[in-house]
Amino acid sequence: MATRVVVDPVTRIEGHLRVEAMLDEHGVIKDAMSSGTMWRGLEVILKGRDPRDAWAFTERICGVCTTVHALASVRAVENALSVKVPPNAEIIRNIMFLTQQVQDHVIHFYHLHALDWVDIVSALKADPAATAALAQKVSPSWPLASVGYFKDLATTLTKFVQSGQLGLFQNAYWGHPAYKLPPEANLMAVAHYLEALKWQKEIIKIHTIFGGKNPHPNYLVGGMASAISMQGDNAINMERLNYIKTLIQDAMAVVEQMYIPDLLAVASFYPEWAAIGGGLGNYMAYGDVPENGIADVTKFRMPRGVILNKNLSDVQPLDLADANQVQEEVAHSWYEYPEGKDSLHPWDGVTVPKYSGPKPPYQQLDENAKYSWLKSPRWKGNSMEVGPLSRMLVGFASGSTEHKDVVMEALGALKVPATALFSTLGRTAARGLETKLCVHWLMAEYDKLIANLKAGDSAVADTSRWEPSSWPADAKGYGFTEAPRGALCHWIHIKDTKIENYQIVVPSTWNASPKDAKGQHGAYESALLNTPMADPKRPLEILRTIHSFDPCLACASHVFGPNGEKLAEITVR
Amino acid sequence: MDAEARSASTYDVLKSHGVDRRRFMKFCTMMAAALGLDATVVPQIVNALETKPRLPVIWLHGLECTCCSESFIRSSHPIAQDVVLNMISLDYDDTLMAAAGFQAEDNRRRIMKDYAGQYVLAVEGNAPTADGGVYCTIGGETFLSILQETAANAKAVIAWGSCASNGCVQAAKPNPTGAKPVHELITGKPIINVPGCPPIAEVMTGVLTYILTFGVLPELDRYGRPKMFYGQRIHDKCYRRPFFDAGQFVETWDDDGAKKGWCLYKMGCRGPSTYNSCSTFKWNNGVSYPIGSGHPCIGCSEEKFWDNGPFYERLSSVPLPGIESTPDTVGAVVAGAALIGVGAHFISTEVRRSTQKNSPEQEGK
Repeated sequence: MATRVVVDPVTRIEGHLRVEAMLDEHGVIKDAMSSGTMWRGLEVILKGRDPRDAWAFTERICGVCTTVHALASVRAVENALSVKVPPNAEIIRNIMFLTQQVQDHVIHFYHLHALDWVDIVSALKADPAATAALAQKVSPSWPLASVGYFKDLATTLTKFVQSGQLGLFQNAYWGHPAYKLPPEANLMAVAHYLEALKWQKEIIKIHTIFGGKNPHPNYLVGGMASAISMQGDNAINMERLNYIKTLIQDAMAVVEQMYIPDLLAVASFYPEWAAIGGGLGNYMAYGDVPENGIADVTKFRMPRGVILNKNLSDVQPLDLADANQVQEEVAHSWYEYPEGKDSLHPWDGVTVPKYSGPKPPYQQLDENAKYSWLKSPRWKGNSMEVGPLSRMLVGFASGSTEHKDVVMEALGALKVPATALFSTLGRTAARGLETKLCVHWLMAEYDKLIANLKAGDSAVADTSRWEPSSWPADAKGYGFTEAPRGALCHWIHIKDTKIENYQIVVPSTWNASPKDAKGQHGAYESALLNTPMADPKRPLEILRTIHSFDPCLACASHVFGPNGEKLAEITVR
Repeated sequence: MDAEARSASTYDVLKSHGVDRRRFMKFCTMMAAALGLDATVVPQIVNALETKPRLPVIWLHGLECTCCSESFIRSSHPIAQDVVLNMISLDYDDTLMAAAGFQAEDNRRRIMKDYAGQYVLAVEGNAPTADGGVYCTIGGETFLSILQETAANAKAVIAWGSCASNGCVQAAKPNPTGAKPVHELITGKPIINVPGCPPIAEVMTGVLTYILTFGVLPELDRYGRPKMFYGQRIHDKCYRRPFFDAGQFVETWDDDGAKKGWCLYKMGCRGPSTYNSCSTFKWNNGVSYPIGSGHPCIGCSEEKFWDNGPFYERLSSVPLPGIESTPDTVGAVVAGAALIGVGAHFISTEVRRSTQKNSPEQEGK
């Protein structure tokens, strides 16, 4: 008899996500539904406002991947107004972007994803001496690896559990048969969970230096507001730059001596997950980290391109301004399109939200009806996966030696073929490998900034188009980036110095999208198919695959509506 | 089972973590200092942490962006690990908790029952009220109903951030989802508003540790904000204030004034109308704050700040002088008529400025 498994809320993500999976009599997932259960209305709110303010509004789409919407937004306005930011501003933005990638990926691995693989209760049985030996073997140069250190931690954990107040760790799937790590590996992972929690607040200070705060640092249309003055103590100067360099050096140690070794160690216990959770096989990256201005897509450290059907020998170009490439559908989304329209490019996008789901409280959604607040974006009609795996594959397939080297090294260490990348484990591993690249690029961008300052250039903003009187009466633009979770683009239409239309298609909308009119699943749904589940009441396997995408639902379920029409009509069925 | 009987005190837990008496006392002293309290209260803190079980906290997420949670884990003193493992029992938080699905919701219901009247409800985000609340559902229930249900037996409610305190971005015009802050939806409970987008990390942990330490809620202003963190304007404590008084302003981005760190008032700074601790505590353990990094304050802890723009348009009136003004005495002065004295003060600084000749700095090569 078929079983329906509902996971709502999916926790350890950003925002509100519901997953329903239909299992066959063998406990294997045969169909799946991903539903975004939140809607906020940001694009409607943006209409009529000053385009120079848009970054601040859109940045509040998400506080986990903070900065990425601000970056996409200032780029969209600059694209519309033909502003070219000074080299220093571009480098500073690259530094902030890479800082975000590194910090966010580490948080994802340790605080949002690790507990899918690490059994905290098993860690109670660990022998501290054996744990220290393991830690020193896994990462010989990481200093926190003494017997006493792990003994203290084991005592802490034991007493914490004995206190009877398990807090965040209450009622999870501890002891589930799918957990495979030995107690010592679990204890080591718990130690690193706590160390990563302490460290993440350090690296992010780079945002504070340039943007004044984190979460939600400040951006500026035309460049950056953080002026540089090497002869003063009230702007970016040698002390600030040294601070940044130290933070980058510390980040390198964390990534190379803790994150990557942990990733490979954990992965080695779960080889079966290199054949589960592959999903669509279609991968897309817009690219980022420009080396020669955002307009030169050939000079991105993260390359741009599309891969279909896992065909790594053919990386297809993409154009975000082409009305026939990125389009959104609403066949299974709680929105209505005008008569005769099935899919729309974001510049022409419309939204009339129309909830037609069950009246809350409800038990289940209907996969044959509309079931999500997310639309279904498609590229030339194809469902796409975006994110670190897509970026690494596009980089790899584009012939980037940096990408090839880290991927081949990891595949060698795990003794698995390249096809292992197309999986839940591949997705999780790709995020780590990308972090390794990013932390090195971070230092490279820092060096570029210093070189530029040495050459006598301290400009951080182009103010030639700051005043609205200098703008055309009508202008359209788009701004893209690679958020930690994948390809992100904002489309803006400015009319008479105000926002006429603002459209955002975010990574988690690509990944978490519901089915389209042709019945093609979104990436999450597709990745869940054919997953065997040991215990449907404790759906650990679903969490593993969904978390491998690093869902961000506040991003995905903002709003796609430009016209501010009468917003919702509720039909309760 | 009685909740008190089975719960270890913070000190019990610390002790079992290998923290000796001396380090514990040092911790209490530092905590007092972090809260800006006199050394005489240290024994009180010691007593509180020695005898009380960890405070159960249910942390709900509604319409929000999770920036408050992210800020919370950036706290430097105390660090998030200490708060979560040693001070409170964070029994429900969908961003961080290990459990998911119905097991997660069971946790919430268990705490509501076992610790009725004893737990604190922390709310991040707000509730959409339009169309029966369908714009945010969790486990098939509306966030609105979950919020009301969970608040019913809470000892107190903490409204984290501007979403929960005053509506923030999704409540900006035209507020398509009918998003409402917590205090408009919950009555009959003490509510602490901790606004900011997000609030400063140490303000968040400061509010929590104050409650733990003294067993009472902090003193609040008329907007429900803790006076200890929201009692003064950013402008009044801003290190760039002398430039304002001297009439030295950034006139365009990246100009000579920007390189010298002059006042950002003319670039739209909301520091003069924003009550927050940014210019004292600063952000991310004192590294900087928006003005310190050259961008004007956008006033993210004030009511309706999204609709009080555009952000780069200068404030038409500045409530000056009177640095001792509090939100209660000043109230809506910014929105109201300009004070005569303000205009006079500002004109005088303008005059002073025009008589000064500032030599442009030559940027070193």
